Amino acid sequence: MPDPTNGAVTKPVSLYRRAMNQAATAFAILAAILVIVPLLAIFVYLLIKGVGALDWAFLTQTPKPVGEAGGGMANAIVGSGVILGIASLIGIPVGIGCGVYLAEYARGRLGDVVRFTADVLNGVPSIVIGIAVYSLIVVRQKHFSAFSGGIALAIMMVPTVARATEEMLLMVPNNVREAAFGLGIPKWRTTLSITLRTASAGVITGCMLAFARIAGETAPLLFTAFGNQFWNKNPNQPTAALPLQIYTYAISPYDEWHRQAWAGALILIIMIVVAVAAVRLTTSRGTLKGAS
Amino acid sequence: MTAIPALAQAATERKEAAVSSILARIRTTYPRSSRIPDAVFAVLIFLTAASVFAIVAFVLWELLDKSRLSLHRFGLGFFYGHDWDPVNDQYGALPFIYGTLVSSFLGLIIAVPLSVGVAVYVTEMCPVRLRAIISFLVELLAAIPSVIYGLWAVFVLAPLLREYVEPFLAKTLGWTGFFNGPMYGLGMLAAGIILAIMIVPIVASITREVLTAVPQNQREAVLALGATRWEMIRMGVLRNARIGIVGGIILGLGRALGETMAVTMVIGNRPEIAKSLFAPGYTMASVIANEFSEATGDLYLSALVEIGLALFLVTLVVNALARLLVWSITGGNTGRANA
Repeated sequence: MPDPTNGAVTKPVSLYRRAMNQAATAFAILAAILVIVPLLAIFVYLLIKGVGALDWAFLTQTPKPVGEAGGGMANAIVGSGVILGIASLIGIPVGIGCGVYLAEYARGRLGDVVRFTADVLNGVPSIVIGIAVYSLIVVRQKHFSAFSGGIALAIMMVPTVARATEEMLLMVPNNVREAAFGLGIPKWRTTLSITLRTASAGVITGCMLAFARIAGETAPLLFTAFGNQFWNKNPNQPTAALPLQIYTYAISPYDEWHRQAWAGALILIIMIVVAVAAVRLTTSRGTLKGAS
Repeated sequence: MTAIPALAQAATERKEAAVSSILARIRTTYPRSSRIPDAVFAVLIFLTAASVFAIVAFVLWELLDKSRLSLHRFGLGFFYGHDWDPVNDQYGALPFIYGTLVSSFLGLIIAVPLSVGVAVYVTEMCPVRLRAIISFLVELLAAIPSVIYGLWAVFVLAPLLREYVEPFLAKTLGWTGFFNGPMYGLGMLAAGIILAIMIVPIVASITREVLTAVPQNQREAVLALGATRWEMIRMGVLRNARIGIVGGIILGLGRALGETMAVTMVIGNRPEIAKSLFAPGYTMASVIANEFSEATGDLYLSALVEIGLALFLVTLVVNALARLLVWSITGGNTGRANA
């Protein structure tokens, strides 16, 4: 029988090396399981505790005083909507503009510096941004407001949106721009109606991810939006927000409030998961796929 | 070896230079009517980019300005004084610095092996079909708000620690001094664990990105030498990617240092320095969250802002370092696609 190794001596892989290989594989699988378990645990608890506490009153009523059963977080849900709306109105245009600058206008060193600053801003703790906005707006106005909370969240949105926009614009082939220039279309028009539009699916993804990220932010709202137990239609007044309400209720000593904290958390996570899932759908159907 | 990429790069640069010079010529021959809107648009776009600088500069200025009182009064002593006594207007930040560092490093110790393990599993071992699912789940972990982690930790993790984990640790490792004393469930250990869960997605996704950037022929070469899969991963992949992984870890550290809500809810909020990890502690971010809106007196407020300033500067340095490390591996941005 001819020797397939042509006479070369092939030693079998030693027991130690095989054991190390098995151990490493086992560890990697274990790590994957250990990472997924808390995620599942959190979702299971949210569903069990949240669904039990969720009722129509929770979605339509304002909080009841301590000791009374019932009541809900309607004002906090609406308040969150207002704050997030203000944040998106400011943060998304600025973020997209910054991304357009990075992808289409930046030349050399300056672009790198802006990119780097955006990444650094992304890592600034949210509570520090809360302090800064507090001293800029709340101290000067002498009262808390939904407006200041919106600005704090908008600041957190800008770097995320900017980097996502840049990444998506860079994926648009240069020929598309050249074709537009060839037709005599000015650069601003090319950028807005051709380049950005081509990349729109990806840019929307970036915006939704940024939105999902700030939707659950609590720390910067502690001393900007501050929270409110009542209905408030004026964005220039202290406003309730869902994450704030969850926090207040979770650290309170009352069982009824704990129950409502779980229900609030369920609503919040549903909002965020819907946003992330919507992102998944648009990216898989859009003209451009995400970079990762 | 290096000559060929350099040549290729020179060629692309020449091509790009040619394209942009043509574009520049086209631009100068624009009809006058479109030059003004173009300039306006360019200025607007530049302003939005400049606003990022402005935000960072403004945050820094506000923090410096508002903490001036405390900076003058305590100087550097602020950072090693361990009395935090608002009643007597005496402020030292050491217990908070200690709490932040210990909880963050505890989180890293737990999170790093797990995240590297997950990243290795996803990129090198798992079936293709599982790959997308696991990545999605890890991504989802990053999307859960901090306050929900806190809620879960208070009502699920802390009782679990109090009833099972802490008695076990006290029995087996109590002699080290790190695991003894009263078991509340809430404390440094709980904070470390919840931070670990929160930074896993960051470290794991960066590590995955860096591992994917390792060229395939590295793996093939090591395998061809007769290595087992683990040896291939260790020598061919992890060794090449180590700088990027360290970058990811530092990025996770940055997140852990600034994390506020979840930690505030479980760490116990007591400004003490205790050796035992069961004991309650306090972090820089937590003290701001708890006391800022109730701070009476200018010096009190100023001391809290100074803690914020310290947090800002530390995370700034940590993040800058991490970005530089990660960029050195992945090249910063995805190149322009010339289709």
